Amino acid sequence: MTAATDPGRPDSDEPGDRRQPQDAPGAGDRLVHRPLPVRLLRRPELGAVVGALALFVFFAFVADSFLRASSLSTVLYFSSTIGIMAVPVALLMIGGEFDLSTGVMVTSSALISSMFSYQMTANTWVGVGVSLLVTLGIGFFNGFMLTRTGLPSFIITLATFLMLTGLNLGLTKVISGTVTTKTISDMEGFETARAVFASTLTLGSVHIQITVVWWLLLVAVATWILLRTSAGNWIFAVGGGVDAARAVGVPVARTKIGLYLGVAFAAWVSGQHLLFNYDTVQSGEGVGNELIYIAAAVIGGCLLTGGYGSAIGAAVGAFIFGMANKGIIYAQWNPDWFKFFLGAMLLLATLLNAWIRKRAEATR
Amino acid sequence: MSEKTRQAQDAPLVELAGVAKFYGNIRALEDISLTVRAGEITCVLGDNGAGKSTLIKIISGLHQHDGGTFRVQGEETRLASPREALERGIATVYQDLAVVPLMPVWRNFFLGSEPTVGRGPLRRMDVARMRRTTHSELLRMGIDLRDVDQPIGTLSGGERQSVAIARAVHFGAKALVLDEPTAALGVKQSGVVLKYVAAARDAGLGVVLITHNPHHAYLVGDRFVLLKRGAMAGAYERDELELEELVRQMAGGSELEELSHELER
Repeated sequence: MTAATDPGRPDSDEPGDRRQPQDAPGAGDRLVHRPLPVRLLRRPELGAVVGALALFVFFAFVADSFLRASSLSTVLYFSSTIGIMAVPVALLMIGGEFDLSTGVMVTSSALISSMFSYQMTANTWVGVGVSLLVTLGIGFFNGFMLTRTGLPSFIITLATFLMLTGLNLGLTKVISGTVTTKTISDMEGFETARAVFASTLTLGSVHIQITVVWWLLLVAVATWILLRTSAGNWIFAVGGGVDAARAVGVPVARTKIGLYLGVAFAAWVSGQHLLFNYDTVQSGEGVGNELIYIAAAVIGGCLLTGGYGSAIGAAVGAFIFGMANKGIIYAQWNPDWFKFFLGAMLLLATLLNAWIRKRAEATR
Repeated sequence: MSEKTRQAQDAPLVELAGVAKFYGNIRALEDISLTVRAGEITCVLGDNGAGKSTLIKIISGLHQHDGGTFRVQGEETRLASPREALERGIATVYQDLAVVPLMPVWRNFFLGSEPTVGRGPLRRMDVARMRRTTHSELLRMGIDLRDVDQPIGTLSGGERQSVAIARAVHFGAKALVLDEPTAALGVKQSGVVLKYVAAARDAGLGVVLITHNPHHAYLVGDRFVLLKRGAMAGAYERDELELEELVRQMAGGSELEELSHELER
């Protein structure tokens, strides 16, 4: 962390007549940092990290093939497909809002890209660009409606979710004649787009899907925004106390719309991956994923009421999903139990988070 | 304040003349006049529902007035947002929504006006400076916070008020609007807050102190505006008014006398 205080340094940002009173000399060196364990206990993602470690050790014991490099890269890949969405969803939740339209928005983004390129016989990159604009437009619609109407985001995005679900199926049938888009793998620009959105990087004997790179990059950027920029300060504030934030001049509407645009951007990345990984897109896909993203964010320490959470936590939450999903297969259990397992994980993680937070408050 | 300063600063920081506000058909305020000068404390007193909150919202830019004139440093204006009010030097500290409880003290202190370093995508908050300044500014008010990282919700009510006031002063507010700063506080904590209100006045700020406590108002006030059901029930300079009269007015004035007749045994 920063702010190692230097008592010798003059406070250049203080006007001369605002010196500290005589009875409290050298205030700077009394500004202490709490010991490391206490600081760790305060991190929102602690519960998720403990849970992820426990799960990792567990599967390492019960599933022989779990620790193989190929298995781990599969786990990472699956985690990344959830994590790319879970991270901006976590930011949105810290900002005090929900988005139920994320799952189908990913599908919409893929469909737009694919169908635009195919119907216009354009370079696939044109479709990719159009898809970015339209997806950001959907995100803007969510944010704009929310800030304009003052309705709960649950209702607004539920409406968007239903409309997009219908549009995905309806428009795809009208345009393509079936519920699946035509393959675009023989079109111009497909190979380069695939390299960006759906390629595999080989490091020695380890194969890493490029989505893992996008995921980690997104976590880094989101963490930077949240912890080190003014926008991050505003995100915490609009989620933790919107009236107080507005009163000190935080642009509340702009912050919330920005968060929805962030979610839309991630949906675009996910959608393009979906498209260039499989060539074709099933128009009915994505329903239900929105809850997985929210669950990952909550496991990662986000409060449902807003104002608290972390991007790293959401990434760890996604990793827990990845481990559970693939670990069950490596342990050769019946995958039917996956959802039950996830539900139990969610409950446990949330209880653990609540307990840790209470302990952390008590140490003050 | 001396006559000299008063003449030098001819135009008051904030001046309301005949201001009115309607919510639909309901008259929330009518014909309100009040003056706030640098280095003076103007107290607005009134019972619940007298229109104090509406008045604050107009001065702080949350609502716009429907009639009369509103001048900031002599210039007639209509504030569009709290941000615009801040830019014009009017800072408001609300009773209950002054801070975001879950956020660390230092993040709260600079919320909305974060100092940054770096350029472009690397533009970031100057975290070290924010922590240091928060600590030293609070120390000036007698709050020695060892850990500016603790959520501000863990501070006492008086401390939170003081943080909010210190914040407004630090950011160069010329006029400070305080909404019931002592309402939820005990005797000792109220004293701390009032001392800091006086310190802000001595630093040359014009203060609007909204309260329903005549004792607190009389301790620090230079002029007094009494509100009653959305209208002005009186305006006094300090030398025109005794504490007893202020208390009597606030307690209900003639209504109270009637009541005491009724209750007489």
